[in-house]
Amino acid sequence: MGGKDLKFGILVNEGPYTHQASDSAYQFTKAALKKGHEVFRVFFYNDGVNNGTRLTVPPQDDRNLQKAWTDLAQKFNLDLVVCIAAAQRRGVLDAGEAKRHGKDADNIAPGFRISGLGQLVEAAIVADRLVVFGD
Amino acid sequence: MSTLHTINKSPFERSSFSSALTHLRSADALLLIEDAVLAARRGSAFAVDLEKAARSCAIYVLAPDLAARGIEETNLIPKAKVVDYGGFVDLVIQHQRTQAWL
Amino acid sequence: MAEVAAPEIDSSVKKKLMFINRKAPYGSIYALEALEVVLISAAFEQDVSLAFLDDGVYQLVQGQDSSGIGMKNFSPTFRALGDYDVTKLYVEKESLEERGLTPEDLMKITYEDDDDDFKEKSSIRLVSRSELSDTMAAQDVLLSF
Repeated sequence: MGGKDLKFGILVNEGPYTHQASDSAYQFTKAALKKGHEVFRVFFYNDGVNNGTRLTVPPQDDRNLQKAWTDLAQKFNLDLVVCIAAAQRRGVLDAGEAKRHGKDADNIAPGFRISGLGQLVEAAIVADRLVVFGD
Repeated sequence: MSTLHTINKSPFERSSFSSALTHLRSADALLLIEDAVLAARRGSAFAVDLEKAARSCAIYVLAPDLAARGIEETNLIPKAKVVDYGGFVDLVIQHQRTQAWL
Repeated sequence: MAEVAAPEIDSSVKKKLMFINRKAPYGSIYALEALEVVLISAAFEQDVSLAFLDDGVYQLVQGQDSSGIGMKNFSPTFRALGDYDVTKLYVEKESLEERGLTPEDLMKITYEDDDDDFKEKSSIRLVSRSELSDTMAAQDVLLSF
């Protein structure tokens, strides 16, 4: 079984840097894509939504996780979804959300989109393999 | 139909390692990633548990996580097989479901 | 940015989705946010079940009063699961015993069985560790938080 027809779903439950989860998820996703597999969606939940803010300024001599995800998404047309409920709790907003809730700014990073938990459930159903990265 | 169990926390920090081991079924596989890799170091207090699990399940350890923590691949329990991220992907494909013990 | 793809769900296929709950409530958000996924999953008409093991059994303990810690008590939501057709809440016996708990310490969570004259039945299924392992092995997808 070559497995090339299998679709992957990735769930990231932790934010960047504090836990290795996001790094592990990124490395796994990159490896899967490089092997020619399809990654149906990467869903960011719990603190994972913090991977999707464009306002981080990590040290120059270390990896920029948000940029890594954005670049991977761009290169492979990857669907990066940030859960709207978890994002609202933690202050990750796109322009529409910011306006809707009367906030004076938005911070969603390029390549990420904010959507509902239904996107996670859909990924769990559509993907042949769901891999969870958390703490 | 088998399960790939992933464990990411050190057994010295979290009980997820021990819990995972009590829920393994024959022909399942166990993959240690992140801090959990230190369980597979020869002489670790949890090496015995891993060796027992190895009787019915394949035990894998993620190489980049070992290297990051200064653990040489030659210094693991004999039954542990080392894989890279590509191997991790292959393991996920090989088993019908992946269960993360966080 | 990837376009929003139309759902590719094959309605003839019903997947077995199991939510694994191993953490106590309130000390972290995982119990609450996992439950939020469960509620959304009901709309997808899949075979959804929940497993409570290790400290996760504490999510179902009755008499939770979170007023002193200033957090919302979300335990009543578990009692609504029956209305969402989520009727299988597996609770691991060994996890209860290790924590000095008995089944009587848990909330009463029931559902009405349409196939049996709408009789009220318990959604909580007490299982042994090995029974739970077997049940987990029969699932298509396992979601852990």
